Amino acid sequence: MTARLKPSWQAALALLLVVIALVLGAMTQPEADAFASPAAGVAYPYLGTKSVILGLIGLAALGSMLRLRPLAEALVLFVGAHGAAWLLLAGIGGFEGTAKAPYYCALTAAWLLGWRCVAVLSSMRPAERWERLALNLVVPALFGAWLLILWEAVVRGAGIPFILLPPPSAIGARIVNSLPILGEDVRQTIFKAVLVGYVVGCAAGFVVAILADRFLFLRRGLIPIGNLVSALPIIGVAPIMVMWFGFDWQSKAAVVIIMTFFPMLVNTVAGLAASSHMERDLMRTYASSYWQTLFKLRLPAAGPFIFNALKINSTLALIGAIVAEFFGTPVVGMGFRISTEVGRMNIDMVWAEIAVAALAGSVFYGVVALLERAATFWHPSIRGG
Amino acid sequence: MDSLRSKIVPVSTILAGIVVLWYVFAVVLNAPFQRDLDRRAGETPTTMEFVVRTLAQKKPTLPAPHQVAQNFFENTFLRKVTSARSLVYHSWATLSSTLLGFTFGTILGIVIAVGIVHVTTLDKSLMPWIIASQTIPILAVAPMIIVVLAAVGITGLIPKALISTYLSFFPVAVGMVKGLRSPELMHLDLMHTYNASRAQIFWKLRVPASVPFLFASMKVAVAASLVGAIVGELPTGAVAGIGAKLLAGAYYSQTIDIWAALVAGSVVAALLVAAVGLASRIVERAMGGRPA
Repeated sequence: MTARLKPSWQAALALLLVVIALVLGAMTQPEADAFASPAAGVAYPYLGTKSVILGLIGLAALGSMLRLRPLAEALVLFVGAHGAAWLLLAGIGGFEGTAKAPYYCALTAAWLLGWRCVAVLSSMRPAERWERLALNLVVPALFGAWLLILWEAVVRGAGIPFILLPPPSAIGARIVNSLPILGEDVRQTIFKAVLVGYVVGCAAGFVVAILADRFLFLRRGLIPIGNLVSALPIIGVAPIMVMWFGFDWQSKAAVVIIMTFFPMLVNTVAGLAASSHMERDLMRTYASSYWQTLFKLRLPAAGPFIFNALKINSTLALIGAIVAEFFGTPVVGMGFRISTEVGRMNIDMVWAEIAVAALAGSVFYGVVALLERAATFWHPSIRGG
Repeated sequence: MDSLRSKIVPVSTILAGIVVLWYVFAVVLNAPFQRDLDRRAGETPTTMEFVVRTLAQKKPTLPAPHQVAQNFFENTFLRKVTSARSLVYHSWATLSSTLLGFTFGTILGIVIAVGIVHVTTLDKSLMPWIIASQTIPILAVAPMIIVVLAAVGITGLIPKALISTYLSFFPVAVGMVKGLRSPELMHLDLMHTYNASRAQIFWKLRVPASVPFLFASMKVAVAASLVGAIVGELPTGAVAGIGAKLLAGAYYSQTIDIWAALVAGSVVAALLVAAVGLASRIVERAMGGRPA
């Protein structure tokens, strides 16, 4: 019999937690009250679903120990973990802040099953390309989903004050309800300040890097300064820029230009040195001019470095624009919204703005990464050599 | 002699160029306000007098380098370090939370990297989120973290240090993952032939191999945590720190103060990076490394 079983510590621990939850009894305070005085007829959560939740976790844990094929095992775990989590979250509605130890036991057990599920999935070695791709998407997605589930369950189970940390569901509702305001902020901050500053800053860094490459003296002088400046807290120029260029988006774009200039300069100069002597000698034997060598050999070879700078700059640009708005803006913009809504204790709006900013940052980064794949397809790190 | 020709001369030439440009811009940018002042006073100064006056305004649009230097010198060396106007006092406030956050961040980054290298599940599920976590403009969230933590009763160093931690763990985690994976297959195989355990491979091969990566990423991390500390000071109501000094300067249009605070921040940044570089050199020498 033992040979047919394949125990995992996550499943075993989940089973143990289910037993502990059963022994401890009441999931929430109202349930304990109802048992203490059966005649009073106190309403309590998990009236019928408690046995379902614990049963689901127990069955999934036991099922995962059978010698199933990995995909089937992952499926069993997935259904068990997420079904239980969904029932837990659905049941606590209206009874926030009353959770007792068994609630957290069940939650932890479900999370352990989710972990086991991810572990099984990430140990799979599928042959097909699209299957690998799907796995690489599903595994982090499950991890992120559990982050949200735990956040929601703990915040609502323990009744953490809304001001401190709103549950993700409230933030989601806030995003949906205030789409026009968020859209207006994104237009002001991202489409005006960030994009203009990013394009100008990166272009300026690139041009100066070419100049520094052409003139050795300039390169020797600029690179140490550039390296030093990239370590400095450049964000501090924000108040000065606001004084010079006014409250509107131009001052934010100026901050973004300064922040993105030096990473681009330093990386491009490093990239232009990336082609090997052999290749440059070959270009010489072709009698190619400086500019021909630059465009046909050295700039393409510098591609990975330039895209690295573009990626670094994509997050820097967002940070620069938002922080610069703290020093004064018209009454629109993501930084403005964050700082005023914090003052008004509308924390869910702040989180909504953060979620939008994170989404915008990820999309920005993703677009640059896709461009990189298209432009430097020849590089070993992308060929997957 | 060689370093003089290839480094010092070009760098100082460029720096001198920047200073000259700075003076030119200072005159140009301050000129409109000075012209206004002169007209009201009914004076018609000569060009030379006019230029000198543009460089000596009390609240200039762009302060001249010597004004900034003078302010910096006064507030650094001539004041008592306990005075609220002393830049040393403000720099220390920023530096202490930077160092605390940097320490936390480095430890967290190393722990995450060790986990990622040894547990496949973490490698697959955590790595994409670590990268995604850095696309969140955390600096934008800094004020909220400070205000919310203050509402719970946590004030002072810790909230600022938390922001520094968040900014500094990422470079360390990414660099250490690279570093712990840097031993070649050949070396790992050698350890296998010695029948080394996982712990022995970790301590005797992976950790020494990761040291250069650790210091390279710590240099980035220390600069990032300084930025985190400065931004973390913005919403504390201008109590102490370089960020508070910047904010106060912005409120009262004390441009010279802002620039002096920026210089102070830059000095702190340079000192921090230099300290990490020094530590890296000492450790490398202790481990038997030779200068390349």
